[in-house]
Amino acid sequence: MRPFDYARAATSEDAARQAAEGATFIAGGTNLLDLMKLEVMAPSALVDINRLDLNQIEEADDGGLRIGALVTNSDLANDTRVRKHWPVLSRALLAGASGQLRNKATTGGNLLQRTRCLYFYDRATACNKRDPGSGCAARDGFNRILAVLGTSEHCIATHPSDMAVAMRALGAEVETLKQDGSTRRIPLGDLYLLPGDRPDRETVLEQGELIAAVTLPAPVEGRQIYRKVRDRASYAFALVSVAGIVAVSEGRITRANLAFGGLAPKPWRNAEVEDLLTGEASSDALFGKAADLLLAEAQGFGANDFKIPLARRTLVSVLRELSQEASA
Amino acid sequence: MTEHFKMDAPATDRRLDDMAQGLVGAPLDRPEGPLKVSGTATYADEWQVDGLAHGVLVRAPGNSGRVVLANRNAVARMDGVLAVIDDDRLLRNPAQGTANEAPIQGPHHAAYMGQLIAVVVAESFEQARHAAQSLEVTLEGGTLMPVDPTTAAVEPQESKNLDQGDLDAAMETAAHSVDAIYTTPSHSSTPMEPHASIATWEGDDLTLRGSYQMLKYNRNELADALGIHPDRVRILSPYVGGGFGSKLGLAPEAVAASIAAKQVGRPVSVALQRPQVFEATMRRSETSQRVRLAADAEGRLTGLGHDALVSNLPGETFAEPILQASHFLYAGANRRMSMDLARVHRLCAGSVRAPGEAVGVTALENAMDELAHEIGIDPVELRRRNIPEKDPESGKDYSSRRFREALDSGAEAFGWADRPGVKERREGEWLIGYGMASAARVNVLMESQARVTLLPDGRARVETDMTDIGTGTYAILGQIAGEMLGLPRDAVDVVLGDTALPPASGSGGSWGASSSGTSVYVACQAIRRQLAERLGGEEADLTLKDGSATFDNQTRPLAEILDGDEIVKLAHLQPGDTSDAVRQATFGAYFAEVAVHAASGETRVRRMHGSFAAGRILNAKTARSQCLGGMTFGIGMALTEELAFDPRDGHVANHNLAEYHIAVNADVPQLTVELLEERDDWANPMQAKGIGELGICGAAAAITNAIFNATGVRVRDYPATLDKVIAGM
Ligand SMILES: Cc1cc2nc3c(=O)[nH]c(=O)nc-3n(C[C@H](O)[C@H](O)[C@H](O)COP(=O)(O)OP(=O)(O)OC[C@H]3O[C@@H](n4cnc5c(N)ncnc54)[C@H](O)[C@@H]3O)c2cc1C
Ligand code: SF4
Repeated sequence: MRPFDYARAATSEDAARQAAEGATFIAGGTNLLDLMKLEVMAPSALVDINRLDLNQIEEADDGGLRIGALVTNSDLANDTRVRKHWPVLSRALLAGASGQLRNKATTGGNLLQRTRCLYFYDRATACNKRDPGSGCAARDGFNRILAVLGTSEHCIATHPSDMAVAMRALGAEVETLKQDGSTRRIPLGDLYLLPGDRPDRETVLEQGELIAAVTLPAPVEGRQIYRKVRDRASYAFALVSVAGIVAVSEGRITRANLAFGGLAPKPWRNAEVEDLLTGEASSDALFGKAADLLLAEAQGFGANDFKIPLARRTLVSVLRELSQEASA
Repeated sequence: MTEHFKMDAPATDRRLDDMAQGLVGAPLDRPEGPLKVSGTATYADEWQVDGLAHGVLVRAPGNSGRVVLANRNAVARMDGVLAVIDDDRLLRNPAQGTANEAPIQGPHHAAYMGQLIAVVVAESFEQARHAAQSLEVTLEGGTLMPVDPTTAAVEPQESKNLDQGDLDAAMETAAHSVDAIYTTPSHSSTPMEPHASIATWEGDDLTLRGSYQMLKYNRNELADALGIHPDRVRILSPYVGGGFGSKLGLAPEAVAASIAAKQVGRPVSVALQRPQVFEATMRRSETSQRVRLAADAEGRLTGLGHDALVSNLPGETFAEPILQASHFLYAGANRRMSMDLARVHRLCAGSVRAPGEAVGVTALENAMDELAHEIGIDPVELRRRNIPEKDPESGKDYSSRRFREALDSGAEAFGWADRPGVKERREGEWLIGYGMASAARVNVLMESQARVTLLPDGRARVETDMTDIGTGTYAILGQIAGEMLGLPRDAVDVVLGDTALPPASGSGGSWGASSSGTSVYVACQAIRRQLAERLGGEEADLTLKDGSATFDNQTRPLAEILDGDEIVKLAHLQPGDTSDAVRQATFGAYFAEVAVHAASGETRVRRMHGSFAAGRILNAKTARSQCLGGMTFGIGMALTEELAFDPRDGHVANHNLAEYHIAVNADVPQLTVELLEERDDWANPMQAKGIGELGICGAAAAITNAIFNATGVRVRDYPATLDKVIAGM
């Protein structure tokens, strides 16, 4: 860990100002500190945002929810409103990390956690995300956990969050604040950038732009599940995960919100897949077509090839369960 | 005067059964347990030592070439830095267990990526770590050396080969046969306490506070590495936060700390960072095992073949002893076994959690399951039919062997009769299956010494350099002494983990409790004899209980008999003729129920049972805990555990506990353990055999056999991760 300056922010604007001048936000620190110990991230200054008043979960006028960026993963998962009306979010959170980590991890930090690509964490290896232009050791290396969709020749990393996958299915937006006090709302799907030739650039956020909150639209009709497939029963990142919200009326699917984790550099959602399902009667053949469409451009890199059939099997299984339950 | 005892004849007197205190076998708590769970047991790196400086080791970034530290002078000038050291004596890799001498040394050429090639010493740990990370290490003239054992150069291990009868003919004429290849990946011990040492010099005398399993060997290894006399070295390891083989031999941090402390003239602590534990301690070799079984129409084995490929670094002789139990577990007149050692530039291979049987019995037990399926008989019955009368190779008798009882009793306890047919049982999206496997592990007795003192006040003290690596040595040695001397458990103090004390066997190979325990037993017998002498009688007529001696219908407190004296006995146990006269081993059987998800291929173990026979059980609680731990390892080995090597440079890609998947609580269901009553007179005078590793020796096979029963998919390539399961569904 390199020596760094540390300051606690008095207000959100103050935090944004310090960050605009080069400091890095620290929230729960569960990802950032690990990266600093390894000197993969080596900020010269930290601005601590933990004392800011961003830890409320409030009901919005439109029936939605506004989640402060500092709400911990534990508190969010256990919120009765979330559990009742947005259960996919609660389940996704509880499927992630461990109890201890969830107590520290925050909503904003979870969205901006870095990839778990093993080469990204190992400074002796080439990584375009860590050292732009150095190459990508993962591509021909041990890439079991890495992406099959949305990759580029420069980077095949996944975004590891479970929470963000559920939020993507729910149509969440991110509310940000800059040092001049201006705010903007970014749909979660637009927050993340695909790697292209600049895998070091991960989001559209500007230097110093603070995530203040995440908003969820009003609850929608339909059954919700989060299915996480992983290498052990707990404390492992998703190989594939599906956040699904499906409504069925008179035997036909009237809504299918589907987001995927473990497959891509960002929580993945494909409107064409949802359109294909909507209005149709549920059947294994239909679900198979949806999977075909989702994975049409999927590309494996050896050790992660299995994710393509796994995603297919998982999606079909999830759709079966959702359409069954919903019609029951 | 030293009491010498050599195990040359079976100990049929079963003296422990005559004792009155009732401690041996009792499920007593570990006396140091509360210290450990409350954080008050001091582990190696936790000692508060005046003037302590901190060292952090630096890794080689590739697997060959001359090491160049380009900016070492600049690093040496960084804040707080005291020294940048690449002394010739730094270890290339750890010593193997019982090596008793230094392993290959020298940090100037890289042999594997992750090799620790320098240590940076600074005032604070943070300064040392930052400076270590700032050191630019390049490798000059290096090329990529072979890392893949399936394509690397191979050295046949001819001394391990066996050719008895005609296996090929047996295979050809067999009514039923199996010929399959099983592969297991490398594993890391990765104990909870990382390897750590604090070195302190007083003049030319070195004290090392370390975390080691076998102190008498470690002391010689350290002295040899440093080029000093062993008398100058004292190692203290009162508490060890797990070793699982990785702390049998001296590891790089001990030498680095010792050299650094000498050089900077202050005590120095060096602890491995977690990735370094994965990259630079010991791995279990990956294995490729061809198992051949030939059977007649009734399932009686006529032939058994086991050919293994394992690997190690150039210059290391250790080869995972896969065939150990294949030699004696099952019948079969025609037998062939062989072992090849591939030379690869991956980190050193050595002892990890039951070297040999953990993976060897597992493959054999998978093949037995395939054979049972092929013949169409119950897998338990197939085992029962193939229990040989005598050792199938040497013709020797077995010392004691309650194998059949373990199979039967385990099957009963588990409810094996309810086993579904292949792919027959389904609950929602979950496919349910049962599987079983046998357990077997060789039993070994090792030289060991202990001193027992009966103090004037009637308390006793046991002293030996034996270690307690979390297994219960403190508990068990106190129980043995208390039993023999008729003292309550808390009237016995057990002092361990100090090379200034009589040298013990060390903890490893499951021999610790029986070997060091026997030395305590022998010392206590000598004390009993001396007490009897004082009372003018024979030891055999003496009853000791609750601090008093009863003799000739008279009961007197020990303190009164001692009359201000103390009785000190040093015992020296040596293995003898019984080691070779018979086949000594421990046996058991595992039963598991799994659920496999029909869509994702994820496997969950729902319940698991083990029945084991390991001679006299010295402490029912610690013995059970060992078995629970072994079965838990078995779950990890079956489903998740694998060191993932980069295919190009062979470094450990998943070198942390987030990505190296040991079983977590959610993976481990209710486990049940049954310990069968047994006495093994040939093992030692306590009739106890080793139980530390028995719980893992075949456990994984019970789970993969259950996966087959649930899904019809044979995963022969461990671990049975979901991708391999769905590939067959
Ligand atoms: C062993 C392990 C296992 C894990 N398993 C899982 C898992 O299974 N599933 C899963 O989803 N996650 C998992 N995690 C990741 C965990 O969820 C994240 O580490 C955590 O959510 C990060 O939140 P934090 O508040 O600690 O972020 P920090 O570490 O404090 O910050 C992370 C990043 O976000 C930035 N940041 C933080 N807050 C803001 C803000 N308000 N505005 C702008 N930038 C901000 C920081 O500058 C930093 O770059 C695991 C982590 C570990 C260590
Ligand atoms: S996949 Fe991305 S993060 Fe991983 S090594 Fe390649 S560039 Fe780096």
